[in-house]
Amino acid sequence: MQQLISVSGVVVPLDRSNVDTDQIIPKQYLKSIKRTGFGVNLFDDWRYLDPGEPGMDHSTRRVNPEFVLNQPQYQGASILLARENFGCGSSREHAPWAILEYGIRVVIAPSYADIFYNNSFKNGLLPLALSASEIDRLFELTASGDAIELTVDLPTQTVSGPEGFVASFEIDPFRKTCLLEGLDEIGLSLKEADAIRAYESRRQQETPWLFQQVK
Amino acid sequence: MAGKTLYDKLWDSHLVRQRDDGSALIYIDRHLLHEVTSPQAFEGLALAGRSPWRLDANLATVDHNVPTQNQAAGVGAIADPTSRLQVQTLDENCDSFGITQFKMADPRAGIVHVIGPEQGATLPGMTVVCGDSHTATHGAFGALAHGIGTSEVEHVLATQCLVAKKMKNMRITVTGPLGYGVTAKDVILAIIGEIGTAGGTGCAIEFAGEGIESLSMEGRMTVCNMAIEAGARVGLVAVDEKTIEYVKGRPYAPVGDLWSEAEAYWRTLVSDADAVFDHDIVIDGTVIEPQVSWGTNPEMVTGVNGAVPDPALIDDPIKRGTVERALKYMGLSGGQSIQSIRLDRVFIGSCTNSRIEDLREAAKVVDGKRVADSVLQAMVVPGSGLVKAQAEAEGLDQIFLEAGFEWRDPGCSMCLAMNADKLGAGEHCASTSNRNFEGRQGAGGRTHLVSPAMAAAAAVAGHFVDVRDWL
Ligand code: SF4
Repeated sequence: MQQLISVSGVVVPLDRSNVDTDQIIPKQYLKSIKRTGFGVNLFDDWRYLDPGEPGMDHSTRRVNPEFVLNQPQYQGASILLARENFGCGSSREHAPWAILEYGIRVVIAPSYADIFYNNSFKNGLLPLALSASEIDRLFELTASGDAIELTVDLPTQTVSGPEGFVASFEIDPFRKTCLLEGLDEIGLSLKEADAIRAYESRRQQETPWLFQQVK
Repeated sequence: MAGKTLYDKLWDSHLVRQRDDGSALIYIDRHLLHEVTSPQAFEGLALAGRSPWRLDANLATVDHNVPTQNQAAGVGAIADPTSRLQVQTLDENCDSFGITQFKMADPRAGIVHVIGPEQGATLPGMTVVCGDSHTATHGAFGALAHGIGTSEVEHVLATQCLVAKKMKNMRITVTGPLGYGVTAKDVILAIIGEIGTAGGTGCAIEFAGEGIESLSMEGRMTVCNMAIEAGARVGLVAVDEKTIEYVKGRPYAPVGDLWSEAEAYWRTLVSDADAVFDHDIVIDGTVIEPQVSWGTNPEMVTGVNGAVPDPALIDDPIKRGTVERALKYMGLSGGQSIQSIRLDRVFIGSCTNSRIEDLREAAKVVDGKRVADSVLQAMVVPGSGLVKAQAEAEGLDQIFLEAGFEWRDPGCSMCLAMNADKLGAGEHCASTSNRNFEGRQGAGGRTHLVSPAMAAAAAVAGHFVDVRDWL
């Protein structure tokens, strides 16, 4: 997975709560058997005025000029700002894949849906939570419509920006290490193969019906 | 020391190793797979030269992309080439890795959360995961079940474990008795309306109380299914007589001495009387009415005799904006009565409400009646081939067909419209599924979440009605 240490960049403000995974990446794109190709369809229903289907040339579609991602000052943004319960809905990992491929490395919101939160870390996307008042302040800072830049620093767990904005965030140590080092989680778990085998043989004694083969 | 909750017991019995950094390695007993969230996981596995840790823990089916007509023709019946490729990819992966799969046209195939319990592949006391958020369904059996992402699908395939962190314990007690004609779907929609779509975030919710105990296993599955719509990855119901009766005799269930041993263990899968919950919520089940969602997330719901909220009466500007945006999308006006909402399509199906009991409830309502002329399409999509066969044996298909419903082959269908079954832009649908997000059932489509009986009555009336008047 992609390493993440520090990110400085433009913030794109998406002033909505309960942004669901069907909005982040609509289901027609989930038919892909690949991990890539989703960035162009991030927020597809909001970003384009015409309906999108996989396989079409998205560069020729009608863009919705009102949608914040399409506004010129936010091009190249690497940080997404949103309201509470971001990423609710399905377990599709295509959601963080699409966000990352678009170029966003950090999402800032007051809260996240659990599965989205989890999936983000597996791919090197940092979903960080700030308090409701800090989020309000960030939306205020972006309210003029001019692009502002923030710096997110993972080692010190801080977000800093214009007008003296500084906030700190929590992250659990395992996830932090994985992000900082870009670790392969499966490889890490397999180092504990002996513990897994020991557990399995104990469970085979205790609950043998879980290990019977179905004909 | 306080006693343990059911969730604590399930967690403790699956703990392989607690790591120093607070994360833990949890053993997974059952891994269910479907075509949408698995291809990249199999690819990752192959690229890293890894093989599945324990083949017999896995069970795969195809459901999201399959057409609901002419399934007997097999994969070739899928017109959309990208959908077909995804289904074929699962077939190939299961064949080459040696994973048991119910392929298209196998009567045992169907929606992953319907077939797990149906086969007894979901048993009390198990950990069950699947690359699908509605895996919470299986918690109805006192199993620790939740959705995972594709990276975790790969992780489970490779290690039979998950890296997890213990959730908080939440108990939602629904008092009883439930009112006449009030179903499991109404209970869970009312709960979500009360605690909100993020109310259970970070928690495993145990549903308890007379309002839950009185439900059948199918009803409990409906409740646990939508724990995720309340923000919780895990929904749970304690094991009781009904759980054990349901599991008995299913293909994957133990028999003989093993059964007795298992049964004795399963009976311990209840929260201790002195267990402490981080959050303890009580919902008065006796006042719950049949529910209808009016907005674009599942907490935007009210009783069938209620009305759509009027944004002008909401003080908080952020909330007002959210309601205004939802009403604009839904094409509804503030203050409009729920019963004045006219329907273009009706969908009875999905992992929330496509089991035999759901179909029986709907059939009871439509028996001898006709779908209103103003309704363009009303369809019933059974949750599995076996549910379909059972319904046909009971003559339910005839009741639906005579009333003007379409009787389809099993799959996810219009729950998320990845196949050909979709809403057109602007169309209102009474749907027994679980998500009313914008575009969920087709671009621009407008979903109203209801129970099977309410959907059936709405199909006949052409608008929402209180089904209790019809029973
Ligand atoms: S029926 Fe709907 S919610 Fe259930 S698994 Fe299929 S798509 Fe998901």
